Amino acid sequence: MTAIKTENLTKYYGKSRGIIDLSLTVEDGDFFGFIGPNGAGKSTTIRTLLGFINSNGGTAEVLGLNVKENKTEILKNVGYLPADASFYKGMKVKEILKLSSNLRGLDCSEEAKILCERLDLDVNKKIEELSLGNRKKVGIVCALQHKPQLYILDEPTSGLDPLIQHEFYTILQERNNEGATIFLSSHILSEVARYCKNAAIIRDGKLLACDSVSNLSHSDVKRVTLKGATEIPQNDNIRDLKTENGITSFLYNGKSNALIRELVNLHFEDLTITDPELSEVFMHYYRKDGEQ
Amino acid sequence: MTLLFHELRKNRISLLIWTAAITFMLGVTIVIFPEMAGQMGEMENMFAEMGAFTEAFGMDRINFGEFIGYFGIECGNVLGMGGAFFAAVVGITALSSEESHNTAEFLLSHPISRAKIVGLKLLSVILQIVILNLIVIGIVVLLTAVIIDNPPFKTMLLIFLAYFILQLQIAFICFGASAFIKSNAIGLGIGVGFMLYMTNILSNITDDLKPLKYLTPFAYTDSADIITNNHLTYKYLFVGIAFAVIGVALAFIKYTKKDIA
Repeated sequence: MTAIKTENLTKYYGKSRGIIDLSLTVEDGDFFGFIGPNGAGKSTTIRTLLGFINSNGGTAEVLGLNVKENKTEILKNVGYLPADASFYKGMKVKEILKLSSNLRGLDCSEEAKILCERLDLDVNKKIEELSLGNRKKVGIVCALQHKPQLYILDEPTSGLDPLIQHEFYTILQERNNEGATIFLSSHILSEVARYCKNAAIIRDGKLLACDSVSNLSHSDVKRVTLKGATEIPQNDNIRDLKTENGITSFLYNGKSNALIRELVNLHFEDLTITDPELSEVFMHYYRKDGEQ
Repeated sequence: MTLLFHELRKNRISLLIWTAAITFMLGVTIVIFPEMAGQMGEMENMFAEMGAFTEAFGMDRINFGEFIGYFGIECGNVLGMGGAFFAAVVGITALSSEESHNTAEFLLSHPISRAKIVGLKLLSVILQIVILNLIVIGIVVLLTAVIIDNPPFKTMLLIFLAYFILQLQIAFICFGASAFIKSNAIGLGIGVGFMLYMTNILSNITDDLKPLKYLTPFAYTDSADIITNNHLTYKYLFVGIAFAVIGVALAFIKYTKKDIA
């Protein structure tokens, strides 16, 4: 069974673009990263999957069920963490957690207690007394306390300190090892590279790439570094050209023999050609066409 | 039922304040009646000479010197306006507050259908209005029984019933509007309540504006009509019920389909 499957999913807000023809598959048991900058369509995709907004075209299935027809059934088995977790003012953390479990018709008090201890969350504080990070923790516990099959997490670590981030990912890995599917959106590429098995890159509402993190990092794009180069290579496939302290570095997205022929004509002391970091792949996909 | 209890809990302070304020104000008018009654002769003459405003408030058709006439006017001012504002605020914030306070995502991420959310929030609105009225009516009836000789309870209860229906109608119309609104709408709610109140006053002043009575629930709560006829004015009441039904239907239709911000 696929955890998430969209086909040509499209959403416009009036005339504004949300997502366009987005086709995405996340397998059951995956740890999936959904990468894109602000306004790319990550949250629109997530909000469509959860039934908060209605698509204008295409189809979306979550846990094998159509999102338009089975919202309630889907939400029983999904834990959702919004990017900006907001709760009812005047309520204490423990009251919010209880409300969340009661709305599910479950008693999650034991799991909530364990999660609050691991995330160092004071349950006796009122919502308005919490920092952004602590509000995020409340959202995390609400999303995790009922141990769902699928976790949909929208920029889950924004506002969390590094120690809590680490603990949070440890919990997610435990849940993933137990068979749950994790789908998270993020700008933080190191997180995706470190924890996710597969990832998709979205730009301007369109899916640009979807593959294993390993394959994405070993794409056709290469990082070329020249030491002591006296000339700068001239090639349409070269981007992100930087020269600093005698080191010239650029991303190359073209045929290798063409690059070699170009380099043969240059003078330099040393040459390295490496796979780029995931962040560089991300930047590669995010260059506007005109900048490529 | 979790959502229903949550809604009641969330609104308990507001309900307490509105109930206390309306009960206190109406209670004071009852308590001071015996003292006021002695001065009513002069006041009635003054009210009778206020021309259009005498008609606007229905004081040309009832005896302000009698308890039921006095009560009808004062109840219209206190429970009429106060109850209308309360109902409008409760109705218009019921659905919109989830979006204006950014809690909609939290609520909708739980396995509860939107139709059920609308239904339970509507039930919460009705219960709040019932609680407010039970307390107000209970205390006012008790005070009246203690202070007034031979209190006209039947007519009083008819007036209370009219205002209870008015509050439900305004709450239901505002509830319908609430499904379309994403921002804080308390001001709009109070504005709607005030506009409906003023519409009735204007329609009392001149016959040309009489058709406006069909638009406002204050038409069937007109205490002069209720005291004179001993029943509500059904033609206005039925139109009001129709508006209320439309409001609720719109809430269900819109909220179950809308994109949540």
